[in-house]
Amino acid sequence: MSTIVLLIITGLGLGALYFLIASGLSLIFGLMDVLNFAHGAFLAIGAYGTWWAAGHLPGAGPAGAGFLLAVVFGVAAGTLAAVLVELCVIRPLYGRHREQILATVGLSLAVPALIQAIWGADPLTFPRPELVSGTLPFLGVNVPKDRYLLILAAIAVFVALWLFNSRTRYGLIVRAGVQDRAMVTALGIDVRKSFTLVFAIGGAAAALAGSLGGLYFGVVTPTQGMSLLIFAFIVVVIGGTTSLTGCAIASMTVGLIQQFANYYTVAGLGDIAVVAVLAVVLLTRQGGLTAKKSAERVA
Amino acid sequence: MMTDTDVAVHDASGSPKPPTVPDARRRRSLPWWAVPAVLLVVALSLPFSTLYVPGLFHGALNSPSTLHLLALCLIFGGLATSYDLLYGRVGLLSFGHALYFACGAYAAALLMSVLNLSLLWSALIAVVGGTLLALVLGAVSLRVNGIALAMVTLAFAEAGSILVSRDPGRWTGGEEGLALNTETIPAAFVGVVNTVNLYWVAVGYVVVVLAVVWWLAGTPVGRVWQGIRANEQRVAVLGINPYPYKLVAFTAGGGLASLGGVAYLLVNGGVTPGITTAEFTLTLLVMVALGGAGTRWGPLLGAALYTYAENRLLQSGGTFDALPAWIEAPLSQPLFVLGTLFVLMVFFFPGGMVALPGRIRSALGDRRAESARKVDDS
Repeated sequence: MSTIVLLIITGLGLGALYFLIASGLSLIFGLMDVLNFAHGAFLAIGAYGTWWAAGHLPGAGPAGAGFLLAVVFGVAAGTLAAVLVELCVIRPLYGRHREQILATVGLSLAVPALIQAIWGADPLTFPRPELVSGTLPFLGVNVPKDRYLLILAAIAVFVALWLFNSRTRYGLIVRAGVQDRAMVTALGIDVRKSFTLVFAIGGAAAALAGSLGGLYFGVVTPTQGMSLLIFAFIVVVIGGTTSLTGCAIASMTVGLIQQFANYYTVAGLGDIAVVAVLAVVLLTRQGGLTAKKSAERVA
Repeated sequence: MMTDTDVAVHDASGSPKPPTVPDARRRRSLPWWAVPAVLLVVALSLPFSTLYVPGLFHGALNSPSTLHLLALCLIFGGLATSYDLLYGRVGLLSFGHALYFACGAYAAALLMSVLNLSLLWSALIAVVGGTLLALVLGAVSLRVNGIALAMVTLAFAEAGSILVSRDPGRWTGGEEGLALNTETIPAAFVGVVNTVNLYWVAVGYVVVVLAVVWWLAGTPVGRVWQGIRANEQRVAVLGINPYPYKLVAFTAGGGLASLGGVAYLLVNGGVTPGITTAEFTLTLLVMVALGGAGTRWGPLLGAALYTYAENRLLQSGGTFDALPAWIEAPLSQPLFVLGTLFVLMVFFFPGGMVALPGRIRSALGDRRAESARKVDDS
């Protein structure tokens, strides 16, 4: 019983990490049809930004409020990188989806290599503040505290995105753009402004995932983003691009399946089980779940 | 969503006839096989040349190190051409090509080391297995289109990559990879002295891939591929189901890739999990786009240049020492240099290197050819 509780919490923590990456990815993909391979780079920038700030930025540190400042710095760095990528790389290639994907592929190779050139390829130990080190009992099971933090952060991002989507004018434009971009443009709204916005949101969420992923794994490496990105892609395919809730449910499902299969079978099989789930989803729902369905808009 | 109606298809035919580019008049005097024949003769005569090219290679052309580098360039050239069969000819964006390459290499290595099968049988079984894997996975993944296809193929390849690197059955050697079992392969393929034989293997692989891809592109199936690449919906409206045609391309590409895996195993003397990763497929995409997608020579050219540049950038550790550290460090990362170059290329040279001569010509103010092409297109 205690194992199951621990696996559930850990699986949800992993799912929270996937949600942070996949939510931005699916927003970008849904609105702009861009499969953003550079998303893993935003994650790495967030992780290394937080790590660097914790050691070097005045006022920031590896513990307490200083760590919070370090995370803010990392998220800001990731957001800035995302906005720069959108403005300098994606914007000149509007309407040419192939070229946009190719450009993000180039970035996904170049940015981790740049990070590796500066800080080396070896894993760097990530700072762990007092508040999230150790365990906290839940239903009689000692669960590492960073798992709670991940889940709470994912819930906060989910609520914030949901409020943004349903309560703000820009959220309305983004939602309308995901459904029918041509129609929004025809109504006289410049949908391109919201492109930069979703890139900024996606970059911020990915950078936050990078910072918190550093806590979850204990180390940061230049290529961490890429392996997480692949599972985020799977989440986007399973959850579909039109619904934030779908994305959240798919993230949690993938995280749980991975944890349980990895524990109860051979390590590594859980990752493959996730791919099997993906194949089943594709086989049973022809056309995949990414097919845009106007009626299924949830959030 | 991903129908590239605006993509010019006249350079993608790959048929034996000369393409309708402005300089067609000049080329028409040569038979179509002239260029391949000359290149093949050059490739076959290289090991007999003791020419020393300063700056380009470390030793003479027939020295083992140069031949090994050339063999690698050729194998990746063939592999990139097989990937281009999907990407350039049919317009399928697959991110799982590394899986079939790795399947060929790992299956052959395992058959030779565990079952002690001969090279020929191992290669045969590995290639058939890789082709069947491509058939099955292609049948599943081609149910979706466009970007979803990219993600699904990526996921399958990632499953393979995890299987290889985590190594649950203690077969694949995990991160260490597998070494070639030198007892079961012919002595002609073992040792530095016999590097030239490995070079022949690489040349043979490239010839097979180019022959198959060009032949397929010229058949009626190739014509349908061209249509699918330009506009899949229109092909479907014309009464042709695109699915089996796409599956043929996927399977053929996977089969050729697994053959390349066997050749790579021989040339490299072993395999490492590096060739199973998503990054490896991404570099294939970079190679194809660098050379020119959907063209006869583009993928081969791009892959050869990429492999050469990556190897030389890795070797030339001391070249950038004179520069300040903050410039020197990124430049010593081949992936940083290549990734940045690739992004710049997507911006400034769409169409790849093969399209460069035409672009330069038109930039020089060849107005007549420019207007002739416009008439041609409209």
